[in-house]
Amino acid sequence: MHDGNVRRGVGASMLRLEDDRLLRGKARFVADIKMPGMLEVAFVRSPVAHARVRGVGKPAGHEDKVIVSADLKGVSGIRADSGLTGFKSSIEPILAFDKVRFVGEPLAACLAQTRAEAEDIAELVGLDLDTLPAISEMTKACDTDAPLIHESWSENVFLETLVDTNFAAADKADVRISRTLRTARQSMAPIEGRGVVAYWDAHVEQLVVYSSTQMPHIVRNGLAECLGIPQGMIRVIPPDVGGGFGYKGVLLREEVCLAYLAMQLRRPMRWVEDRREQLTGNANCREHHYEITGYANRDGTLVGIDCDAIVDSGAYSLYPFSACLEAAQVASILPGPYKLEAYRCRTRSIASNKPPILPFRGVARTGVCFAIEIMMDALAREIGMDPVAFRLKNLVQPTEMPFTNITNKYFDSGDYPEALGRAAAAVDMQSLQARRQLSTPNKKIGIGFAIYCEQGAHGTSVYHGWGIPMVPGFEQANARFTPDGGLELRVGVQSHGQGLETTLAQVACEILGIDARKVKLVHGDTALTPYSTGTWGSRCMVMAGGAVAAACDTLAGRMKSIAAHLLQTDPSEIILADDKASSGSREISIAEIAKVWYRRPQDLPANMDPAGLEVTQGYKPKKDTGTFSYGAHAAVVEVDTKTGAVEILDYIIVEDGGVLINPMVVDGQIYGGAAQGIGTALYEEMPYDVDGQPLASTPADYRIPGSVEVPRIRLDHMETPSPLTRFGQKGLGEGGAIAPPAAIANAVNDALAEYAVEMLELPITPTRIRESLSRARASS
Amino acid sequence: MKPAPFAYQAVPSAKDARAYLASPDAKAIAGGQSLGPMLNLRLARPALLVDIARTRDLRGVLEDGDVVTYGAAVTHADIEDGRVPDATPGWLRNAARHIAYRAVRNRGTIGGSLAHADPAADWVNIMTALGAMVLISGPHGDRSISMEQFILGPYATALAAGELISGVRVLRRSAKAQWGYAKFCRKEGDFAQASAAVLIDPERGEQRIVLGAIERAPACIPDPEAFLSGRLSADDVVAQILPERDEASRALHAAMLEQAHAMAFGGAVK
Repeated sequence: MHDGNVRRGVGASMLRLEDDRLLRGKARFVADIKMPGMLEVAFVRSPVAHARVRGVGKPAGHEDKVIVSADLKGVSGIRADSGLTGFKSSIEPILAFDKVRFVGEPLAACLAQTRAEAEDIAELVGLDLDTLPAISEMTKACDTDAPLIHESWSENVFLETLVDTNFAAADKADVRISRTLRTARQSMAPIEGRGVVAYWDAHVEQLVVYSSTQMPHIVRNGLAECLGIPQGMIRVIPPDVGGGFGYKGVLLREEVCLAYLAMQLRRPMRWVEDRREQLTGNANCREHHYEITGYANRDGTLVGIDCDAIVDSGAYSLYPFSACLEAAQVASILPGPYKLEAYRCRTRSIASNKPPILPFRGVARTGVCFAIEIMMDALAREIGMDPVAFRLKNLVQPTEMPFTNITNKYFDSGDYPEALGRAAAAVDMQSLQARRQLSTPNKKIGIGFAIYCEQGAHGTSVYHGWGIPMVPGFEQANARFTPDGGLELRVGVQSHGQGLETTLAQVACEILGIDARKVKLVHGDTALTPYSTGTWGSRCMVMAGGAVAAACDTLAGRMKSIAAHLLQTDPSEIILADDKASSGSREISIAEIAKVWYRRPQDLPANMDPAGLEVTQGYKPKKDTGTFSYGAHAAVVEVDTKTGAVEILDYIIVEDGGVLINPMVVDGQIYGGAAQGIGTALYEEMPYDVDGQPLASTPADYRIPGSVEVPRIRLDHMETPSPLTRFGQKGLGEGGAIAPPAAIANAVNDALAEYAVEMLELPITPTRIRESLSRARASS
Repeated sequence: MKPAPFAYQAVPSAKDARAYLASPDAKAIAGGQSLGPMLNLRLARPALLVDIARTRDLRGVLEDGDVVTYGAAVTHADIEDGRVPDATPGWLRNAARHIAYRAVRNRGTIGGSLAHADPAADWVNIMTALGAMVLISGPHGDRSISMEQFILGPYATALAAGELISGVRVLRRSAKAQWGYAKFCRKEGDFAQASAAVLIDPERGEQRIVLGAIERAPACIPDPEAFLSGRLSADDVVAQILPERDEASRALHAAMLEQAHAMAFGGAVK
């Protein structure tokens, strides 16, 4: 749809409407909110990973400013069970009282006029802790002498699952190879950390909680459950949210604690997480360990996969995703975009003395893609086949779409071989040969590939089986014209950097012909928006986009009826475009239609449909198993065998996100995701010592790639429409972060092939490379 | 991550700084790029911060024949941008350009860097390689000592209570001198994990080689000639200095030494 000569509907690469505010420093985040009489909260956090709590002593003179567990009367801990058989339950206390189970767990809240004074008080709080042995390495969590994280459990395992689909058929394969693979524990690092402001609004007798969250309606569910008050007494408002990535897809103990204190003390309370809290207490994602065997025939057929995967799920099960989502997802997505006939996967969600796990952009896919793609390269080497040719032979073919794979994933559409072929063709082999000849003997060049598919916007049929506190269902949106012809959209998802204020406006523009710049998106606020599970799982453009489209479809019909009356024609003759309704040469502006409806009803006939220019409509895709976007990544790296440094010389991504609502926003999603994937591949790691102490407590130790470390990424798009969604769009918010570790690891391993060195542990640091080369030299 | 309470006093002159630093638990702050985070983490808890960032007599540079003296509060950016003279044919300016990030360089000072004595810091290793003298001003008068005497170990210096670095004195080097400095950082602006400096000044008959970022004071290798003549390899030199390290760790330091050496001789960096 065009607005004058500028296209602003579906498919337009328009600049983001929210960027004026965000880029000029005019946005309002939690830390920008100040209220009269507001108290700042600093939490006293456990300095040890595992201990029995003998006492938390309030310092003399500050008794009323220090809140401990016993002060939280009638407040329940946070419980997020899975309904899967055998799941062991844990309860996160709002403030720990009997045991602490990881470094950073909150024990007390200290209140003062300023954060510095609150921290002064926090220093004085006396902790009487009996330290217990800690589990800091998941592979040792099930040893016979391992301490129990939760003493009522029989072993430190939240859940064990086993999938066996025709695994016996693997026996007949020509070759089998096994690897042990490992990914590091990471800390998600949005620019803005978490933060909460809570106050009691006496006028409406309501608790108002500002929180930097991805899922305000889910937070309200959780707050009501923990505080034991009706949901109508709670309003959750996310202000501007500076990045999420899954870090803010959770009900926080801090949210519950501040909400309770604001209600009890009738004073506004604020807590803003600092980097030290974030790094030392919340490194909470990505840590997988695989014992994996691949089976193939010498003709290049991938026969099967056998895997024993464990995930370090940390100390508690978090609300709403639970402790088992990540590991159980490993089993369901490990086969990736490949066909195979034999499959077995055992998974265990391990409890440890580390922060409880949260799903980070891509969730298990980043680890899984690394695992399967390392095996694809290793199998290709074993049977002497080119790694691209081996993949092409085993990918689901476009003629087979839609395809139900060995774990019952329903791939809706796509051409996986084309994506991989394009990525391979984009690698400039000639210039690489030239560089190879010029470079010194210690510089080795390698090329690596990875391909994945990404389930997005998966709905009820996928989630109800987990039995966790949240099941996505039907998504609603509200759309209403204002009397001056502007449009307000209300959605329960929360934009935290994705550009939804722009892309959902583009959806409205496509249907209503309204200038996207006249569309105002109201999102997140539970008092103003329809219920939604929120922004996660690459679901917004499919679900909220679908709901906005549905609401606008209805609004369009009503607009046309009014316009038809005013233009004296039939509604079916009306076209909505360019901010006006027209029929042949006659036209009337949208603003005029809205003005007549709201302010000059006398101009309308008595039999006009009274429903008006405000609509709430719901949406669910034709099939809610999810869209499958996919991408092929090619990495070209140069490894310095003296220093172990890895330089990314070229990076190519071929992505298929179906119909793109705003290609520029999509590019941004992919670039940002890939930067995080490069972090997973080469930089990010939160090491713990044997006592469970986190060893990277500042950003100087926990390395996140900066602009210099992220290469210019070459992007190519395919657009295979999803048959399931409103415009053919697919969720793709996570894809960029999924494949880089796999592609880069394969490239490094290609570069080091002559030394018979394989890097099988993430991140691939210079030290690990030098150590591997040193070991290889010693053994040769 | 807010500092514990402290008193604060900005001072106009080094003399005032000395007076305030005489009080118990007083600490000088210039750019605050190292001390700031330590304060926020409550690892440093001074009773009084004496701010010397705008102290005029610590911000100047004196040129006197063959000697250039940098005031302690000269910033990395002052050197990077050429606002102050470079005693060398561009080595200091080039090194300054690669210290941390521009925001750090805008405030961070040469004196602060030396006083903090992070073993990975650029000035700590470069000034050692250049044989610089540290000028110290204190309650019992002024003194100057060599960098090797000044840096005692990681974050440990010869500064006594109440003393202040007033400047650092560097001998001029001509274009005939050869210089190489290499460091290995995980990412741009990161602390070095290994560094090496090579100086050969035929006019002064000087040969100095320093290994840095070795978790102790910079190591001046005892017999540079053996390496420069090729009798000892970089691996040999590093093995002498760091016998306790494993091969993989030594390899990185050896690679930096080779790079610094190649740079000093104008060769391609290997």
